[in-house]
Amino acid sequence: MVEAAAFYILAALILGFGALVITARSTVHSVLFLVADFLCVAALYVTLQAEFLAVIQVMVYAGGIVVLYLFVVMLVNLKRPPEAHSDPRRLGRLGVVMAAAVLAELVAIFAVGWAKPAGGEGALSPKNVEQIGRALYTDYLIPFELASILLLVAMIGAIILAKREL
Amino acid sequence: MVETVIVPLIMIVIVLVAVLVTVMYIVLLERKVQAWVQVRLGPMRVGPHGILQPLADVLKLFVKEDITPARADKWVFTAAPIIVLVPALIAFAVIPFGRDLTLFGMTIPGRIADVNVGLLYIISVASIGIYGIILGGWSSNSKYPLLASLRSSAQLISYEIAVTMTLVTVIMLAGTLSLVGIVGAQLSKGWWFGFMQPVAFFIYFIGGLAETNRAPFDLPEAEQELVAGFHTEYSGMRFAFYFLAEYANMIVVSSVATTLFLGGWLAPFPSVPWLSFLGLVPGWAWFMLKTFGFLYVFLWVRATLPRYRYDQLMRLGWKWLIPLAILNVVVTGLLKVLV
Repeated sequence: MVEAAAFYILAALILGFGALVITARSTVHSVLFLVADFLCVAALYVTLQAEFLAVIQVMVYAGGIVVLYLFVVMLVNLKRPPEAHSDPRRLGRLGVVMAAAVLAELVAIFAVGWAKPAGGEGALSPKNVEQIGRALYTDYLIPFELASILLLVAMIGAIILAKREL
Repeated sequence: MVETVIVPLIMIVIVLVAVLVTVMYIVLLERKVQAWVQVRLGPMRVGPHGILQPLADVLKLFVKEDITPARADKWVFTAAPIIVLVPALIAFAVIPFGRDLTLFGMTIPGRIADVNVGLLYIISVASIGIYGIILGGWSSNSKYPLLASLRSSAQLISYEIAVTMTLVTVIMLAGTLSLVGIVGAQLSKGWWFGFMQPVAFFIYFIGGLAETNRAPFDLPEAEQELVAGFHTEYSGMRFAFYFLAEYANMIVVSSVATTLFLGGWLAPFPSVPWLSFLGLVPGWAWFMLKTFGFLYVFLWVRATLPRYRYDQLMRLGWKWLIPLAILNVVVTGLLKVLV
């Protein structure tokens, strides 16, 4: 009962902040609503007893990535309105394509039943940090290492782009 | 009901009040320590030896006019001090202050919450606090606060890497992320981690000075260059919020350092038998004593050392502390495997 109430309140907040992100006039306000959105998602993880995911969500998304967004938005002058694209119907057509994609996804989920919840019942064990660590370093070792290499490559690329004369 | 709701609520109130009172008196202590270093007396007028000075300061801040600059972004300008203060205060939720007590047949735990990701919780909460500084500088729509907030956030983000790396070594030793568990590990090993990890302790302390914008790393508030830093345009209560947050963050850093490296609420040398009488002093008293020791060093350093230049600060962080912290993680890992 309490869990259901918490879920619906948080879901409403997430959707509300999401709507505010795309409707806010000022880009900085948009970014702030995005942070609030991420914090609500983290709270949703807490109600699922996935504290580790919740904390990582706050640290990586709310605390790390969005700070970079904020720097870009603050330092790049966005006061000038964006120039109109040569094709005025472009946005409308893009919107139709996106809406069709979302509709197809929803049909796939509800009618065909592709996205079934994974097995397992009840609460996570309170030691979910250990569980995640064990899973990452045993069953998913190769994807984990591949992701690390990808990040390393991205990092080297960023350094080379930023510092042309080393 | 009583044990799950009312006891934690009472503890939250006690901890919040204790933190706020400590902040008030740390400000007085800072003025006194600086005065003593410079052979002055410091505040002497309000109460004996200026003991009531903090009350006068708070009263002044309450009744001062609260100005919002005409070209400021009003919502963000109002929200920024709150965004700084709240993370500084909620970080105390996971810090263990003492051992569990039994009162009226109920166990009163020595902390508000024992989360199994306690240390990560503190890091993530601290990363939210950066927003308040960036937004405060930006929303003032004034050049000095903007420059100061950029300096401050760059400094925070750089030193956070080194500090997080030192926390990794502590986690490797303790085998848990819970702060209660880390104190327990120091009890069972019989050694404070500060002795087992002197390098990590040193890096954490320097990083803590930089993360709280304290001297010698107080470039975001360098008066000669930037007026007063990111809170130049703030006055009255909203300025007080920034001030509170800065000192509350100092207490957070000191409490975490105490918990991780100085055994938290444990008495000194728990493994030496003839020193066991030190265990008669309650745990929270040891915790406060150690935390205040740290805070005193913060004040002492401010009165002693000159300010770094900005490029020196960045060089120290990126070229010395971060490699040293990573090396420390590798060495700790090797020792753990070999020994």
